[in-house]
Amino acid sequence: MLSIDRSIVDAIVAHARRDHPDEACGVVAGPVGSDQPTRHIPMDNAARSMTFYEFDSMEQLRVWREMDDRDEEPIVIYHSHTATEAYPSRTDVSFAGEPGAHYLLVSTREPDTEEIRSFRIVDGVVTEEPVRILDAGVDPHAVQSYMFGQSPATVDYECSGR
Amino acid sequence: MAIEVRIPTILRSYTGGAKVVEGSGDTLNDLLTDLDSRHAGLRGRLVTEAGALHRFVNVYVNDEDVRFLGALDAKLSDGDSVTILPAVAGGAFGFAAAAAIAQHNTAAGRRTPVTVG
Repeated sequence: MLSIDRSIVDAIVAHARRDHPDEACGVVAGPVGSDQPTRHIPMDNAARSMTFYEFDSMEQLRVWREMDDRDEEPIVIYHSHTATEAYPSRTDVSFAGEPGAHYLLVSTREPDTEEIRSFRIVDGVVTEEPVRILDAGVDPHAVQSYMFGQSPATVDYECSGR
Repeated sequence: MAIEVRIPTILRSYTGGAKVVEGSGDTLNDLLTDLDSRHAGLRGRLVTEAGALHRFVNVYVNDEDVRFLGALDAKLSDGDSVTILPAVAGGAFGFAAAAAIAQHNTAAGRRTPVTVG
């Protein structure tokens, strides 16, 4: 199960909405071994595409080094699908290189609601997991960047995996 | 002196869990061959059967992406630091199709401007 603070989910959704119809991507870092996502880092989609995302390799090096210096690891790696469901594509699976991370997908294909789902992807095997939204679990000052954008009126948290 | 190599989580099964290993070589290709002699299988995760650097990894020499330094031919010196990271990429579309579109866009000189705010 992924447990994540509501303010971080709101920031991820705002990032996805802002970049729509291009795919948005980023990371939520947290202390090593904690499984707690605390620091939201929106990344550039170097592909700037509606159907593909790719971290800029130099930005990634900087962010991964910063996490290392702070004894953090990528707890969540997220991206949006802008015209299809929030389920990992074959491309997502072949690239998934962080076996310890929660792969969070946001679909922005509907203008008024977001579909948010989380997956583990290990050795090519996709396992869906429930998403638990925490309302006050994380110090809001720990959120590095809070995106400007609308908050969703209704959010559809589909957790069909058991 | 040797070359320090930082290994990502997903490849630490080849290094007995070690986050940093040392190796030697005049080029990245030589270094990976040297590493493979002690960490069998590691090279195969980084280099394709055709002998090119794998699309799924980013390799850096000091602060540079090796794709801009000649990839496997990138020159190395003692004291250099090599960092390996999993490339983070994906998306709704098949990768081959996406790459074809990206190439087409680059060829046509089109870039979508970044919208802020």
